[in-house]
Amino acid sequence: MNFWNDPVNFIGQWLGGLLSGLGLAPSLVNFLLSLLGVLVLAMGSLLFTIFLIWYERKILGRIQDRLGPNRVGPFGLIQPIADMMKIFTKEYITPIGADWLPYNLAPIMAVASVLLLYAVIPFGNRMVGVDLNVGVLYLVAIGGFGILAIVMAGWSSNNKYALLGAFRVIALLVSYEVPMVLALLVPVLLSGSMGMSAIVQAQAGGFWYLFVAPLAALVFFLSSIAEVGRAPFDLIEAESEIVAGFNIEYSGLKFGFFYVAEFLHSFTVSVIFATVFLGGWQGPGAATYPLLGFVYFIVKAWIVYFVLLLFRGSLPRFRIDQMMDLNWKVLTPLSLSLVVVIALVDKLLANVSLLVRGIGLLSSSLVVGFVAVEIMRQAGAKRRREVAPAFEHREAASGSAPVQPGSGGGL
Amino acid sequence: MLSDWLYIGLFILIAAALPAAAIIVAGLLGPHKPNSIKNQTYECGIETVGETWVQFKAQYYIFALVFLVFDVETVFLYPWAVAFGQLTLYGVLEATLFILILAGGLLYAWRKGALEWV
Repeated sequence: MNFWNDPVNFIGQWLGGLLSGLGLAPSLVNFLLSLLGVLVLAMGSLLFTIFLIWYERKILGRIQDRLGPNRVGPFGLIQPIADMMKIFTKEYITPIGADWLPYNLAPIMAVASVLLLYAVIPFGNRMVGVDLNVGVLYLVAIGGFGILAIVMAGWSSNNKYALLGAFRVIALLVSYEVPMVLALLVPVLLSGSMGMSAIVQAQAGGFWYLFVAPLAALVFFLSSIAEVGRAPFDLIEAESEIVAGFNIEYSGLKFGFFYVAEFLHSFTVSVIFATVFLGGWQGPGAATYPLLGFVYFIVKAWIVYFVLLLFRGSLPRFRIDQMMDLNWKVLTPLSLSLVVVIALVDKLLANVSLLVRGIGLLSSSLVVGFVAVEIMRQAGAKRRREVAPAFEHREAASGSAPVQPGSGGGL
Repeated sequence: MLSDWLYIGLFILIAAALPAAAIIVAGLLGPHKPNSIKNQTYECGIETVGETWVQFKAQYYIFALVFLVFDVETVFLYPWAVAFGQLTLYGVLEATLFILILAGGLLYAWRKGALEWV
């Protein structure tokens, strides 16, 4: 075993040998090594956020025809570090009547829930924090934990806007978890395992689940944007309606950590997408040289993150009733039927070659997608026909601007 | 197997300790001059009227009930998906029936108007 074939275990054995040489007990050595691994993962992802903030601001600036940060350091790279220094010296203002414990626990939990997701992500061949055999369920569970932090922040702030933000988060949580879990069922079904490493291994040779089951990937992508609360699903902190939602009463680094959690979470869902649907670290030569696999993995995650930023920069915000409709009347039935179709097609094609089975699964996904789009198109046309006569009548009567049908969603 | 979960436990401790330590350090570095005007709740400059912790809208309960049914039932599907490779076509058809019952429930909630946000 040398460094290039298995870097993590190589360093681990070297350090373990060093510590045993000092006369420490083997169990203590193992504990210290795990602690070091955890610290590297957690600190690494927290520090990486500094770069993410710069990148996101730069890309959003370009989308909005601005330059973005460009004064502090080359290309403005030092800007988030300057912001961080500033936010460290700001005063904490706690509103009167705030519920102390949940109020202070919320920002910590928000960051912790995102960091915890990195425990099961395989960064390369044999480069994984811990390969849980229930990895996918773990990801979903920890995702719900992050939303709990936001609910706690909104509830404990003693502010009506914050409370409205918390209400919206609850609506968002109870909706988008269902299609997300159903969409993640498809890779589990195809790979026969809930472990993240096994899912990556099952995508060897270019059989990425993005190609095999593109519709599941789409549903997962949309519902994970909703879980992060990014535009177009950013109605939990809609600045123009409820000022800033759940984080309105936070200041200083407590606010900063919500910010960090949001940026890191949106990169983390790209990382999860890359793991589950884009083959993780798979690529030419990645099995022998894990560090090369790590590079592939980051590039894939980066591409997904860029698409996420394009979504954020170009789409307007959904209303809450539109969001619920999209979830319960489009994504949930779609993902339910997708699971049934994929399971049946995969079982019927069990005896043919992998390539033929992949093509069969891809075409079944496309058929389901086309049928869904056709049903939605006809339902929309029917609704427009129903609304149109009333519409003309109302316009003629009042002479005012036409009212958008189906509007008036509360909260 | 158990050591896997010990690792997760360690991760939970570290992941909570890092931001907590940073928040405490920032609290020591920053000023601390509270006064009663500064600590008022911010509601766009208008003074707060009435209780903050108001009642939930009933709509949330209906969605929460539908969500509960679906989330529990999808969790039941995970063991089936893990064992999918060993199943015969009969096992797949059984799960299909299960999902169809689930879809029937969704259709019922839809027709009853439980999925309308009003």
